[in-house]
Amino acid sequence: MSDTTHDGALATSKPPSEDAGLSPAELARKYGLSVSGARPGLGEYVRQLWGRRHFVLAFSRAKLVAQYSQAKLGQVWQVATPLLNAAVYWLIFGLILGAGKEMPEGVYVPFLMMGIFVFTFTQSSVMAGVRAISGNLGLVRALHFPRAALPVSFSLQQLQQLMYSMIVVFIIAISFGNYPRLSWLLVIPTLALQFVFNTGLAMIFARMGSKTPDLAQLMPFVMRTWMYASGVMFPIGIYLKDQPQWISDVLLWNPVAIYMDLIRFALIDDYGSSYLPPHVWLFAVGWAAVIGLGGFVYFWKAEERYGRG
Amino acid sequence: MAEQTEGRIPTVIADGVHIVYRVNTGGVGKGAATAALSKIVRRGKGKGEERGVRRVHAVRGVTFTSYRGEAIGLIGSNGSGKSTLLRAIAGLLPCEEGRVYTDGQPSLLGVNAALMNDLTGERNIVLGGLAMGMSREQIRERYQGIVDFSGINEKGDFISLPMRTYSSGMAARLRFSIAAAKDHDVLMIDEALATGDRSFQVRSENRIRELREKAGTVFLVSHNNKSIRDTCDRVLWLEKGELLMDGPTEEVVSAYEKATNG
Repeated sequence: MSDTTHDGALATSKPPSEDAGLSPAELARKYGLSVSGARPGLGEYVRQLWGRRHFVLAFSRAKLVAQYSQAKLGQVWQVATPLLNAAVYWLIFGLILGAGKEMPEGVYVPFLMMGIFVFTFTQSSVMAGVRAISGNLGLVRALHFPRAALPVSFSLQQLQQLMYSMIVVFIIAISFGNYPRLSWLLVIPTLALQFVFNTGLAMIFARMGSKTPDLAQLMPFVMRTWMYASGVMFPIGIYLKDQPQWISDVLLWNPVAIYMDLIRFALIDDYGSSYLPPHVWLFAVGWAAVIGLGGFVYFWKAEERYGRG
Repeated sequence: MAEQTEGRIPTVIADGVHIVYRVNTGGVGKGAATAALSKIVRRGKGKGEERGVRRVHAVRGVTFTSYRGEAIGLIGSNGSGKSTLLRAIAGLLPCEEGRVYTDGQPSLLGVNAALMNDLTGERNIVLGGLAMGMSREQIRERYQGIVDFSGINEKGDFISLPMRTYSSGMAARLRFSIAAAKDHDVLMIDEALATGDRSFQVRSENRIRELREKAGTVFLVSHNNKSIRDTCDRVLWLEKGELLMDGPTEEVVSAYEKATNG
């Protein structure tokens, strides 16, 4: 390199005599100083994250409110956006392509709605996750907090968004003759598991996206492929009945399809257990545990490197 | 200097700190997508750096020790690595090489990044406070103080309006008021002094003096040599990421002034 021209370089600070012979590391040890920006242990990290729970919640709410604050209708869009989204898919797949012809009368519209909302929940968590670090470098470089607060906060924002969509879902379910019954309660554990799964996935993509921001360009295509393969607008079991059994099993065991089908099973009377793959709850819990925990550990492993940009 | 006695307690030790930014340059340079593509292909074959990434070596081997009760100024021309060094001390930017040891958690004075323009001033105070690690009780306690200090409500009830409706001066005042609401062990101030109108500047200088008294060690980055002389008793002079000089304020600032004027 060519910049070695500072002749005037001289250090005029005099180290105090007592500690004069110590190297910086020894000096630090003597006075109990710790390395700045070092990655805390996993347990300590969880504790720090818990300590910041109010920030996580406030941040996710703020993002949610800020989203539509410039629109004239304001928060009405929280409900209107998913509704319009579902209407478009119903127009194409329901009316024009007739994807629901093989299902019992009145099942297809709630089937489609639930599929779209549940898939959107995962999709937007992943998309927010990709940008969680790379899109908030200013925040990461200015303030101290466990970085996992960001992806967690973003998937929490999506969960709150989903709550608005669920209002629409309940109304649709009732208007198609599915009245509240005990199985509706299954929605709660299902969404809780899906939330854990989403958060893990968001953390995996947050780490990858912090290193390779280009993922934000690529992910929409990956997500769209995943959506079409998950049976959002058509029942996988019926459509693939001429194919080998393992193909539809693999598609049905993919995590989003599992959570989607569990919601439909809980809310739609005529969507019985024959539409569900075997061991469905085992897979629902398994995916949440593996991706949730794995994603958290994977994210934590790079904690001290976020912010380099 | 008064603290030059024995038994001083170090608060921050920087040991040969190097910081490198990696900048994705993508399709920078002449030509568009095709050029970028051919660049990727060419780079891919060659050895060495990651594709399309430029390395900016912002801080090169800085070593110093700060002690309790010191107020340290950082001076140097634009882009000399002052703010980067502060962020490394705060543990916000990872060091490429070397280490920073600190006593407690150093914090940077500033919450700009956490605030959202679409939210009301009220909600931003809560959000900013939480982002800095204050508890909800602490925020509730200090809320009125923050509003009064910012003077946002002097011209009507602005605190319940979104921040995007504020004038730039009002927004800067609110940001400073939120940032200055918390006490810190090791406090770092990055040219935060020059915001707002005259009366607010006086108020904020007083507040910084208060914070200084409570904090163990203060770092101040500024291009205003007067405010460095007023507040600091030791100065680090950085140039091109290297520590050029480290010593008592008067000595270093005069040398810096000689170098920049001559």
